[in-house]
Amino acid sequence: MLRLAALTAAAFVAAALAGSGEIPLSERRSSYAHMSPETKAMQDGDTDNPGMLWVLDGEVLWRAKAGKAAVACAGCHSDADKGMKGVAARYPAYDPKRRTAVDLAGRINICRVERQQAPELARESKELLALATLIARQSRGLPIKSDDERLKPFIDAGRTIFNGRQGQLDLACAQCHDDNWGQKLAGITLPQGHPTGYPLYRLEWQTLGSLQRRLRNCMIGMRAEPHAYGSPEFIALETFLMWRARGMAMESPAVRP
Amino acid sequence: MARVLINAPAKARRGSVIEIKTLISHVMETGFRVTNMGQSVARDIITVFTATYNGEEIFRAQLFPAIAANPFITFHTVATESGVIELKWTGDNGYSATEQVRITVE
Repeated sequence: MLRLAALTAAAFVAAALAGSGEIPLSERRSSYAHMSPETKAMQDGDTDNPGMLWVLDGEVLWRAKAGKAAVACAGCHSDADKGMKGVAARYPAYDPKRRTAVDLAGRINICRVERQQAPELARESKELLALATLIARQSRGLPIKSDDERLKPFIDAGRTIFNGRQGQLDLACAQCHDDNWGQKLAGITLPQGHPTGYPLYRLEWQTLGSLQRRLRNCMIGMRAEPHAYGSPEFIALETFLMWRARGMAMESPAVRP
Repeated sequence: MARVLINAPAKARRGSVIEIKTLISHVMETGFRVTNMGQSVARDIITVFTATYNGEEIFRAQLFPAIAANPFITFHTVATESGVIELKWTGDNGYSATEQVRITVE
């Protein structure tokens, strides 16, 4: 009898350790839901949201001629609010020419090199963030799309990274963001980790940053070696995270504490 | 290139209290930080913000290194007459930015 109880207890512990797995679609929520009313107000007002400063910069860059081709983004794509509507909601997207997934920042740089014949913008530079924010802004309120069959290998690769343990703390992304979301880590509510609002303004950073910057923060916290900006690992992880958040509304540029 | 976002009512009833919200892009470098190479980064902050209403000063704030980047300053005033509210930020290294908003008081 005692043995049976011990076995049952062991099975119970094992089940708890295995975690709850993927979050049901209906239970998903943006970490906007965990924010204070003040921070929500900051995100919601276009003149209160510091991310809009990057949108303003992006609008200037969008219309500026660049590179040997002397053509502006607007030269091909017309105004951002028309040409870029819904675009960021389906990135990273599959690029048939390169046979790989390309994130939004990567797509901007491909456009710069191939169409404008201009040098690539550095990852996380003010210019690249401004253009990415301007483009992402045009998808605000639209649902994230991830229905391209060709992205499946990248989603799977990203899922493996998400579920795999890494770093000196031997943690997986899933242990916090699938199994324990809503609980506290120190004073902070663990979010589900949906990339609905990127690029976003983080009060802690006192600036705007990309999803990959945020992922690097997480990896440093796990005492893992962060992947490089634009690396295949990050693009796979980003592709998986967008699939995981499919159907959720875009918030870019969001504000987070 | 300083970017500014201002939220002020274009129209107001005479005698009503109006809110003016301002957001300006600025690094607000504290002067206390060092680079990876150990060299200190010089202070670069906005030091004074003033607002004038048809030439008369209605609000003034001093800013210090503890204030976060991209300062968001809001204040209230009474809509007395139609005219121009001028907002001015000045700071280190000769920094200066000015914006104007027109208000119609009925």
